[in-house]
Amino acid sequence: MKKFVKMLVSSAVIGAMAFGMCACTQTTPTQAPTAAPTDGTTAATEAPTDAPAADGLIKVGIINNDPNESGYRTANDRDMKETFTEENGYEASFFYSLKNEDQIAAAQKFIQDEVDYLLISAAGTSGWDGVLEQAQKAGIKVILFDRTIDADESLYEASIVSDMAKEGQQAVDWLASQNLSEYKIVHIQGVMGSSAQIGRSGALDDKVAAEANWSIVTQQTAEWSEETAQQIVQAVIDSGETFNVIYAENDNMAKGAVAALDKANISHGVGKDVIVIGFDCNTWALEELLAGNWNYDGQCNPFQAAYIDDIIKNGVTTKVVIMDEKGFDATTITADDVANYGI
Amino acid sequence: MTSSKTSAKGFLLKVVRNPLFFPLMALLLLVAVNFFADPTFFKISLEPSSTGNLILSGNLISIIDNASELVILAIGMTLVTSASGGQDISVGATIAIAGSVILRFVKVLPDNVSGGRFTFVLIMSFLVCVVASALCGAFNGALVAFFKIQPMVATLILFTAGRSIAAWINNNDNISINDARFGFFGNFIPGIPVPTPVFITAICLIVIALVLKFTNLRLYAQSVGINASSSRLNGINPKFIKLLSFIILGVCVAVCGFIKVSRTSSITYSVIANNIEMDAILAVALGGNNLGGGKFNLTASVIGAYVIQFLTTTLFKFKVSSSEISAYKAVVVILLIIISSPFVRKWFADMGNKIRAKKQANVGKEVN
Repeated sequence: MKKFVKMLVSSAVIGAMAFGMCACTQTTPTQAPTAAPTDGTTAATEAPTDAPAADGLIKVGIINNDPNESGYRTANDRDMKETFTEENGYEASFFYSLKNEDQIAAAQKFIQDEVDYLLISAAGTSGWDGVLEQAQKAGIKVILFDRTIDADESLYEASIVSDMAKEGQQAVDWLASQNLSEYKIVHIQGVMGSSAQIGRSGALDDKVAAEANWSIVTQQTAEWSEETAQQIVQAVIDSGETFNVIYAENDNMAKGAVAALDKANISHGVGKDVIVIGFDCNTWALEELLAGNWNYDGQCNPFQAAYIDDIIKNGVTTKVVIMDEKGFDATTITADDVANYGI
Repeated sequence: MTSSKTSAKGFLLKVVRNPLFFPLMALLLLVAVNFFADPTFFKISLEPSSTGNLILSGNLISIIDNASELVILAIGMTLVTSASGGQDISVGATIAIAGSVILRFVKVLPDNVSGGRFTFVLIMSFLVCVVASALCGAFNGALVAFFKIQPMVATLILFTAGRSIAAWINNNDNISINDARFGFFGNFIPGIPVPTPVFITAICLIVIALVLKFTNLRLYAQSVGINASSSRLNGINPKFIKLLSFIILGVCVAVCGFIKVSRTSSITYSVIANNIEMDAILAVALGGNNLGGGKFNLTASVIGAYVIQFLTTTLFKFKVSSSEISAYKAVVVILLIIISSPFVRKWFADMGNKIRAKKQANVGKEVN
């Protein structure tokens, strides 16, 4: 009996391996034709863009972070998949990882596959120089989206990014425009060191340092977690301190903070005791705005695909493209905004 | 006179050697620090929430409430540690799966569904979630028990893949349940001022206490953990016991997943129950349990879990800045772990013995 089970398992393993090998051998022929014309080393520098894949499609290799990472990333990935389709003239391959090394390895593979464009949203900022040089040698154009990297500007065509500091600044400016006599702020931060945290915290920190009537009641990281944010705000309420602004660096944390307010029967939203500020414009968050339960939500634009499409088809205009990003005020937001900008 | 003294010393030794002593000391230490820093820390008030319910609030309530998931996990983790001599690091990811499974069913309910239908769907979805989590546990357990893979390596698979699976179950949607009734289990039931997770935790603790009292689970798990082959010779099936411990942990995970998604009425696949596996393992370690398997003390693990949440809330309360909070936590944890380590315990015991010996020697001299 035991022997039988062992045999079954081992045959299953062997079967799986054989299947894997089949899969490998099946994919190589499809790669061969596209690889063949660009084999000559002299031609390689110009060939990919001038003579794309035989069927006229532009080959793009897209390296992104794991779509499960956040609602932002999910929206970003969907946007990419909707734009880079065969109808739009693209042959897209996707690779996802939250690890820089894996992403670099995938980039190398895409270079070997001779894609025309390499679109990268890097997990980490360093270590990309080598692979980008390889891409340049192979005549593959690189476009960075969402995240910048520490590499020479000549190594990539363009980078399409959000300016997190600007997002923070817009929110802080909006908050200042509310003309409160005193700002007592509960500041809930994202994962420390992430670009969103640095940008969004920076604007607020500067303002608090500059203005006498702005003060921070507590400033702690909830690491993007709703529950931790709730616990932080709960601790502030339990200690009996008063505050009139919740500045949460994403929607989930704002939601957690609001849950704590609800528990303690502290009113929040338009014309109420506490102003609630969130970021990322999740659909449900914008609905909270529409209902007047929150006050402000800053957009972090995940829709870079259109910008990239434009660059590929119409050429590069500027090296660093900063996307247009909005901030929504609960008093002016419309149902259309929720539909158009919610992610 | 001398005999009463030595018996007092003996009593003290007995207390120090009790596995509950150090986790309780840690808890008392935290209580004392908070008491001297700010006595209002322990204030509990009964006030209405925004929905008009009278609810209890205060730091202590927050601690007991928020520790619920950790306590429930600590139960399963202690059993797994005891029987398999290793830890399950996939519980956070499996909580994401469990929560996702529940939301998969609840999200399709129309807004104003009747109470009966709502209860039915909730119970069914919870049962499916228990089965799913138990299967995840069984998967881990099978790898450990039958394929003899180290628990940490075996559970690494779900640790890595679990959150993606959770996202896949719901097609990576942002889910938000608007039905207020769904939030009862992670927050408050109208009319009851105590947070619901506290009751759920109490039920779990009672169930496991009864199981340990009326079955041989404790004996079997411990003997498998101490020596699997000799327990097999004594008629215990070590593979089954290991598998069972992982399945029990799976059920604990299902309950945690349910509380977690009910707390927020939503799920963020990558963030939900983030790093909770580390806290659960820490709770087991703080309870003075041997992480290499064998004898265990469940009560100590449970107190360990409350200690961790107490520490977290204390750090929030003291407003330790974001960049430093992990470092503070690490320092406190190192201290707690060292104090409760067998080495320091032995040192304490030796010191006690020495003092007693000295006293007795002195007494002997006086008599002479």
